[in-house]
Amino acid sequence: MTEPNTSNAVLVKKLVLAVVCMFGFGFALVPLYDVFCDLTGINGRQINRVDASQTQLIDKSRLVKVEFATFTGQLSGWRFEAVEPFVSVNPGQMKAVKFRLVNLNKDTANIQAIPSVSPGTAGLYLNKLECFCFEQQLINPSSETEFVMQFFIDTALPKNIKVMTLAYTLFEVENQAVVYPAQEQNNDRS
Amino acid sequence: MLIKTKHLLNILLLVFCFPLAASETATSSINLREGVTDISHQVYDLHMTIFYICCVIGLVVFGVMIYSMIFHRKSRGAKAANFHESLKVEIAWTVVPFVILIGMAIPATKTLIAMEDADESDLTIIVTGSQWKWHYEYQGHDIDFYSLLATPEQQRSGQWIKGDTYLLDVDRPLILPINKKVRFLMTSDDVIHSWWVPDFAVKKDANPGFINEAWTKINEVGTYRGQCAELCGKDHGFMPVVVEAVSEADFENWLLSEKDKILQAKAEEQKWLAMNMSKDELMLEGQQVYTAYCAACHQANGQGLPGAFPALLGSPYVTGPVDKHIEIVLNGKSGTSMQAFAKQLSLKQIAAVVTYERNAWGQNSGDLIQPKDVNQIVKSGL
Amino acid sequence: METSLPTHSDNHAAHHGPAKGIKRWLFTTNHKDIGTLYLWFAFIMFLTGGAMAMVIRAELFQPGLQIVEPHFFNQMTTVHGLIMVFGAVMPAFTGLANWLIPLMIGAPDMALPRMNNLSFWILPFAFLILLMSLFMEGGGPAFGWTFYAPLSTTYSGDSTALFVFSVHIMGISSIMGAINVIVTIFNMRAPGMTWMKLPLFVWTWFITAYLLIAVMPVLAGAVTMVLTDKYFGTSFFSAAGGGDPVLFQHIFWFFGHPEVYIMILPAFGIISAIVPTFSRKKLFGYSSMVYATASIAFLSFIVWAHHMFTTGMPVAAELFFMYCTMLISVPTGVKVFNWVATMWRGSISFEVPMMFAIAFIILFTFGGFSGLMLAITPVDFQYHDTYFVVAHFHYVLVTGAIFSLIAATYYWLPKWTGVMYDNKLAKWHFWCSLISVNVLFFPMHFVGLAGMPRRIPDYSIQFADWNQIISLGGFAFGLSQLIFLALLIKACRKKGEPVPAKVWDGAEGLEWDLPSPTPYHTFSTPPKIK
Repeated sequence: MTEPNTSNAVLVKKLVLAVVCMFGFGFALVPLYDVFCDLTGINGRQINRVDASQTQLIDKSRLVKVEFATFTGQLSGWRFEAVEPFVSVNPGQMKAVKFRLVNLNKDTANIQAIPSVSPGTAGLYLNKLECFCFEQQLINPSSETEFVMQFFIDTALPKNIKVMTLAYTLFEVENQAVVYPAQEQNNDRS
Repeated sequence: MLIKTKHLLNILLLVFCFPLAASETATSSINLREGVTDISHQVYDLHMTIFYICCVIGLVVFGVMIYSMIFHRKSRGAKAANFHESLKVEIAWTVVPFVILIGMAIPATKTLIAMEDADESDLTIIVTGSQWKWHYEYQGHDIDFYSLLATPEQQRSGQWIKGDTYLLDVDRPLILPINKKVRFLMTSDDVIHSWWVPDFAVKKDANPGFINEAWTKINEVGTYRGQCAELCGKDHGFMPVVVEAVSEADFENWLLSEKDKILQAKAEEQKWLAMNMSKDELMLEGQQVYTAYCAACHQANGQGLPGAFPALLGSPYVTGPVDKHIEIVLNGKSGTSMQAFAKQLSLKQIAAVVTYERNAWGQNSGDLIQPKDVNQIVKSGL
Repeated sequence: METSLPTHSDNHAAHHGPAKGIKRWLFTTNHKDIGTLYLWFAFIMFLTGGAMAMVIRAELFQPGLQIVEPHFFNQMTTVHGLIMVFGAVMPAFTGLANWLIPLMIGAPDMALPRMNNLSFWILPFAFLILLMSLFMEGGGPAFGWTFYAPLSTTYSGDSTALFVFSVHIMGISSIMGAINVIVTIFNMRAPGMTWMKLPLFVWTWFITAYLLIAVMPVLAGAVTMVLTDKYFGTSFFSAAGGGDPVLFQHIFWFFGHPEVYIMILPAFGIISAIVPTFSRKKLFGYSSMVYATASIAFLSFIVWAHHMFTTGMPVAAELFFMYCTMLISVPTGVKVFNWVATMWRGSISFEVPMMFAIAFIILFTFGGFSGLMLAITPVDFQYHDTYFVVAHFHYVLVTGAIFSLIAATYYWLPKWTGVMYDNKLAKWHFWCSLISVNVLFFPMHFVGLAGMPRRIPDYSIQFADWNQIISLGGFAFGLSQLIFLALLIKACRKKGEPVPAKVWDGAEGLEWDLPSPTPYHTFSTPPKIK
């Protein structure tokens, strides 16, 4: 036998450590994925939550059409719509749009709106100052609520993107303890 | 000797039957179809190019191999040579494939970039998948409808002869204009589905909670059929996609007539609210609705699939108070496959199916539910 | 267990052979016994998974629903996939590793013999749990072997818990097997057995073992997340709670793509042993084979998303994964070219192992070609989730991995049993398998291109003719494997001509210096390496 450089015990320990690390890595992929999405715009799921100090100069040379799509998913007894189906804005221009949510049910519900942007890369340049999707919303029965969403398009938006779609899907959250709130990320790229 | 010749024959047969097969036309049952859009033609050309490249590589590699199998056989007295490496050859067969790959990557990249550019479309269709049907919404036109499999159950179970469009027929196809850039926004209400029309070379996953986009520009009038392409549960094989492409003028007319129909339906619904339907009417319509919307899970006999989908026969919803029964049909049960049918069915249909469920399969509760009863439950929510 | 130095136990055990009866198998720490157990277990699982494939093909024999319900059909495709991947191919390769690695590197046994016993004996329980879940109310797992969320979370039955538990056990077993292989190759090589003298089978398994250690824990993580999403209120994969179903696919395929190479790299090692033997010529380009294996292993970590082109990735990501995937064909091509160059100007004879090896090279290359076609993203949109993909991975896994396993069995079986198997039966097995496997899988390319999605229990009538042929091929391929079973039983009962130590005249390697059948204990004193 060749003289082993390392004893079996040491080697096994190293390998077991590698296994444990890779198990951890599997879970680390979850936050890594968010970072990755933030960088590449996979799935258009990132929200760039900014504050007023991060506003930009308005780029008047072009207009971007921002369309809104609303989905109630599996919920029933809800009406959810954008007051204006689309807006045209200059990059850098602050814009506030309204969404109307009608609860036709007899129960109070805890609602979470999940945003998604298409094309995915456009999501990188959608900066929101205010959005009902930032947190869960407690909605009274038989009520009508109006939400304001305030945003501006980053002036760095690639020239070839002229239209983007912002979709919201409603979900009812039964238990308030959401273990993994990955959606909201601060982005201070600007 | 005989065996060896057979072996060779087999290999030759395999190598040659693929190109033969591929040389047939667009309607071929053994090759990709060329489709009816510019993109689908590009995709087809790419497919054929790569296929022919593979054939050439295959012929060269297998040719050399077969040559040595014939001429370098021990039984022929071949003596083994001694070489076992050659840097030049090894570099060559690393570099040459690499160059071929670059040659393939260039057209592929071009096509891909064109496929992913859904900007500046003329019409947007919001496609929503749910177990096991598609929902289409014409953005900005106030038109939306569900599209369900229309192949009769009797064809599936073999009682009737299967038609030409077996499993590829829907009750309401998606109507699209030709020569217009149509954008699709995909999403799903439950699990992941995938919307696929081979003739457009469009296949995109519908992910719950997220939107995806794809686009097409159809060149020819016609009916194009596809299927869901992502396993989405029990009836994954039974949610076809049918698109009817019509001329631009026909499309405009269709939009108008569709808007008319919606108004008529609303008027009709008011009428139904005022009158009482007979048991026979309710049961007849109820059975139709049940077969189309409920039987996939709860089964035609109402007994469900134990452990997966609950039985209706003997269920407390069906034997208990009518209100609860109507409510669950209207609102579904979250976290399960039971969908909210308020969005999918009219008041009359819901009344009929609830009546049917309470009186079918040997039950005879005598409960008759009228559209106005359903309307009351809907309204009482407010 | 790590400290049980082989030299220590060896002198002691050399005096008596194996224990008698069932205890021999339950408590064995002998690498040959454990190898045999793994191989038989894998074969039984192969037949079990095969039986499910027969159910699938019987249902698809003609359009319409005849034999099974769609829900049960989905369970069959799911469990067929799981059993074939985790129950047949992977344990069979581990069995070969157990039998051959110590013999090839001149070691008396595996480095960790008791862990070896454990890693085998937990395996039957994993599959027992999986198979029993089929009999639960609501049936077994029905979401495909890829168990995409949310179909496997919110929308699955309670058998999911059993499925998760079972996958955990399979994973633990594989990881223990991989650790054992690595430690053995590191520490147990005979003096003079330097790295670049290792037979390629040992090399490919060494790299495979690292792949296993890297990705099996990720799979364990993925199933754990599915379990907590389903039962404990987390939302890794549910949009409602801030998760993302597509994330599941990223995690799964981060495991899944290296997994593909786990199932094929050892096959490359086997073919690299058989082709030189029957060409009576040294393997062409040994070192480039080693580097090609390593680069395939490396590339396998950066191509996973080519399984997910339709999920809606940005163009840049699609291009990146397309280019990387295409790149894999370069080292894979090098391997095929090396095998052909090994045959070139050799002195070739066509014994049964060689016949399977040649079939492997040609048919695996077919799978490689369709793989290259699938790599091209724009065209993949058309191929994705159709029978074209089914044809592709069955060419790679059945005529690839399984054929290499059969070739290995025919190559080393006489060494293990000491008798030559029934060559006539073996040739029957080869020709029946070769013809039927192509009748089975080749037309799948056609129906796939013509537009038939995979995982559907019923199909449009335009696909009917080919599906009938496919099903007939399937039944014939299934029956052909019974010839193999008969042959194996006969060989294990030692019916046949005794063979010399060097069974094949062109064979090279330490194992051929040992007497046939291989004694229960070998290399108690390390061999001399030239």
